[in-house]
Amino acid sequence: MDNFEFHKPTSIDDAIKAVDGKDEPKFLAGGQSLIPVMKLDMAQPSDLVSLAGVATLKEIKEDGDTLVIGAMATHATVAESDAVTKAIPSIASMAGHIGDAQVRNRGTIGGSVAHADPAADYPAALVALNATVKTHKREIAAEDFFTELFETALEEGELITAIHFKKPKRSWYEKFQSPASKYAIAGVCVAEYDDGVRVAITGAGNKVFRHAGMEKALSGNFDPSALDGVDVDAGELRTDVEASAEYRAHLVKVMAKRAVKNAR
Amino acid sequence: MGKVIGERVLRKEDTRFLTGKGRYTDDLNRPNQAYAYVLRSPMAHAKIASIDTEDAKQADGVLAVLTGKDHADAGFGGLPCGWLIHNKDGSPMHEPPHPSLVADRVRHVGDNVAVVIAETKAQAKAAAQMIMVDYEELPVVPDITAAIADGAPKVWDDTPVGNRCYDWHIGEKDPTDAAFAKAKHVVSIDLVNQRLIPNAMEPRAAIGEYDPSTDDHTLWTTSQNPHLIRLLIGAFTMQIPEHKLRIIAPDVGGGFGSKIYHYAEEVLVLWASKVVGRPVKWTAERSESFITDAHGRDHISHAELAIDDKGKFLGLRVSTKANMGAYLSTFASAVPTYLYGTLLSGVYVIPAIYAEVEAVFTNTTAVDAYRGAGRPEATYLLERLVTKAARELGIDEVELRRRNVIQPDQFPYQTPVALEYDVGEFEKCLDVALEQVDYANFEKRREEAKSRGMLRGIGMSLYVEACGLAPSALAGAIGARAGLYESGTIRVNPTGNVTVFTGTHSHGQGHETTFAQLVADQLGIPVESVEVKHGDTSNTAFGMGSYGSRSLPVGGSALWKAGEKIIAKGRKIAAHILEASVDDVEFVDGEFRVKGTDKKMLFAEVAFSAYVPHNYPLEELEPGLEESAFYDPKNFTFPGGCHVVEVEIDPETGVTKVVDVAVADDVGKVINPMIVDGQIHGGLAQGIGQALLEHAKYDEQGQLLTGSYMTYTMPRAADFPFFKVGNHVTHCTHNPLGSKGCGEVGAIGVPPAVINAVINALEPEGVTDIEMPATPERVWRALNEAKKA
Repeated sequence: MDNFEFHKPTSIDDAIKAVDGKDEPKFLAGGQSLIPVMKLDMAQPSDLVSLAGVATLKEIKEDGDTLVIGAMATHATVAESDAVTKAIPSIASMAGHIGDAQVRNRGTIGGSVAHADPAADYPAALVALNATVKTHKREIAAEDFFTELFETALEEGELITAIHFKKPKRSWYEKFQSPASKYAIAGVCVAEYDDGVRVAITGAGNKVFRHAGMEKALSGNFDPSALDGVDVDAGELRTDVEASAEYRAHLVKVMAKRAVKNAR
Repeated sequence: MGKVIGERVLRKEDTRFLTGKGRYTDDLNRPNQAYAYVLRSPMAHAKIASIDTEDAKQADGVLAVLTGKDHADAGFGGLPCGWLIHNKDGSPMHEPPHPSLVADRVRHVGDNVAVVIAETKAQAKAAAQMIMVDYEELPVVPDITAAIADGAPKVWDDTPVGNRCYDWHIGEKDPTDAAFAKAKHVVSIDLVNQRLIPNAMEPRAAIGEYDPSTDDHTLWTTSQNPHLIRLLIGAFTMQIPEHKLRIIAPDVGGGFGSKIYHYAEEVLVLWASKVVGRPVKWTAERSESFITDAHGRDHISHAELAIDDKGKFLGLRVSTKANMGAYLSTFASAVPTYLYGTLLSGVYVIPAIYAEVEAVFTNTTAVDAYRGAGRPEATYLLERLVTKAARELGIDEVELRRRNVIQPDQFPYQTPVALEYDVGEFEKCLDVALEQVDYANFEKRREEAKSRGMLRGIGMSLYVEACGLAPSALAGAIGARAGLYESGTIRVNPTGNVTVFTGTHSHGQGHETTFAQLVADQLGIPVESVEVKHGDTSNTAFGMGSYGSRSLPVGGSALWKAGEKIIAKGRKIAAHILEASVDDVEFVDGEFRVKGTDKKMLFAEVAFSAYVPHNYPLEELEPGLEESAFYDPKNFTFPGGCHVVEVEIDPETGVTKVVDVAVADDVGKVINPMIVDGQIHGGLAQGIGQALLEHAKYDEQGQLLTGSYMTYTMPRAADFPFFKVGNHVTHCTHNPLGSKGCGEVGAIGVPPAVINAVINALEPEGVTDIEMPATPERVWRALNEAKKA
């Protein structure tokens, strides 16, 4: 790991100033992805700007039909939050099953979303629950946010401040975990709204994506059996050392059915 | 006081381990220490066209850069293989050179190309990345199948036949063929015993220190056997005389076999410390551990079992291909031969056995002994085959095992594959394990699981293993280049407490407690009065270290013999002081008593008299009370037992959950049941890990696909139910303790029980075979294919 300058601002403004004009700055949230990547020399930032001191980024609140989760809320905090459990229980459940206890105690929603790991859990929640990513200067719809493998719509120096989720009638997330890394090999989040059902899939492709066939079937009949006739095309999914595309396609359907069954 | 054998004494070493006070090699820092970083090959097979170290030598903090050419110029020998195997035709195996740094060609990802010594580890690593190596790629041999293919590229240009290291056999072919000719049934099976990575919690590390003022060399290293490392460095790699070479293996965090071997880095730090005139430390990063620690298993086998019309086994034929990797690691050659072929009779009467083993080189990390070493492979093959035979013949698998198991009155039992088992009651172990798992009611549990949509299965295996390595003369006759005795010293201090030195090495097994109990019991003193020392060639006479479940049966027996000498001398001292004849002095409950009188001396009083010999038979007896013993076992020991496993499979996802594990092991006399339980738990965890989770996979280019914990699945506590550990013990007949060894039994017995259970669960769906590891995707595919069929 190379040397870097370390900054610990206490406000959003100072955080933005800290990255300004730097060679290769990085915001540091919980560090559960960035630090391992730095240890492998796959990232060599010139400056690390820790967000741990910015208290306003940790807030969780309900705002009408919206649930707001601050970017620096840890997975453990989200999992245990009464506000989250009451508003959108699927998010609390999802957060409580990310990684392991150590990861959940340090990892944050903003860090996870910015990292955009194709096997991370939160992206499925954001896309299925029609979320908006709030940054220090604009709002980005979740579907536009995740652009490619490990790529997002964030501009250089742009800081995520909060995620705004739209409360559904009901929703749930089920995943099949890699036995080694515990990342999702196939994770499916379903959310039912008055105007239809949204289904987002993580872990199976190069980025989170929606599944039109499942959404259509479930919008007509929100029941696991509605998915029986729906095809999941393996051709668009990943094959790697952990699982083949065919197996992932199968798991997507199994997880989707379980998510529908458990939706609340 | 006394009588502590068989007690669950809490581990003495745990106070320091659990409070973070263990001292591992990387915790140690020598004054003015420099750091080494090894540049490793990124390619599996390539010619080194050129290597340019100039930039690296100029980099910040760099003290030296050493290459394969420097290694050759220094006149060092290669890392030796400790076991010579002969081919069928009597010619010796192919032994390629194994220098600590290669000069001309790399043969696996991770091969050692150069070493940089610098002020800091970061500087050494940064400089290593500035070394320019011009590799010319060569065709890669990534696995056994590629190695034996017609026209396969050669890992070593001078192997006489293909990529063959050796072509070995055991047993007798003609009688075995005759047995098959008269068989009513022949059951055959094809199996893969996949490659595993040991993954000790503590990565390997080494510190070399040379003192020019005394010409003393000291090496701290993560070793299971410091004396063996001293012997190999002294006699082979560096020719440093042993009296000028001290090896210290301090606290070591797990080995499972991978820390038996003499590794290049041990040579490199000692050499570098001489070159730069400072102590030099090297510590593996975890990703280096994955590609440089010797791997385990990696066999492909075909086997056939001949059975008569009464369900009695007549003969067994086995053909195995074993992967050695690119080089021969220290004991690599012995694993698929004398630790495997000799165990193919298992617990059964099989009148005729013939096994052939072809070992091949590939462009992969070296393969050597890993927990069980050869015996898990033999057990897996035989127990899969027996269960398959039961299924094909329509005989209950318990019944088929009962018909063929060696009965207690058949011991000593000579197998057709060289071993003579001294004792065992394997059918009793079967009874105990079946009782614990409630075998009789299994079908009810299967039905209940079915009502929840789950497929439940039960599987078992009976096993016997050979450990307590080994009778030296026998080992020598079959190719071992070392003796396999053990040494022990008991130093009774003047006030009656005791310091014990053992040549075995504890790297998690709890020797400091078990051996203290053994000596305390024998000498009738409190466990707290015994301190066990190990791991330093400067304080222990000699030792062959710990592996092959040998520490207690061999090392413990050496200590027992030393204790007998202490007692014999103590009787002479007591006889003199108590004015009795030696024959009339007996040692009971920690006291020397004159028979038929009330005259007696405490153990501590005798010890004091030995060191303050005012009233002492100085004419006949030396003062002091310290005795050493070497113990060379008369035979291997043969732990055995029965493992039964129940699994539930989710047919939707293919996930297998182990829901019950009931074992009945015969490890011989138990000194500390808590420690034995722990050893069995650990072995079971690794065995279940092999059956369901772990797999070292290479791609066609010889790149390790599972080189981190992101993709190599280590078992976790949550993957297991509570283990039901039972036992049915018989005592080893030829060592003074009656102990057999317990370190490996879990990893040996359980993998076939798990796979037999998985197949049993899937059988109603039409599945009859599955490979290890039975991953969810493999199970799902097997179910799909059975549906199609």
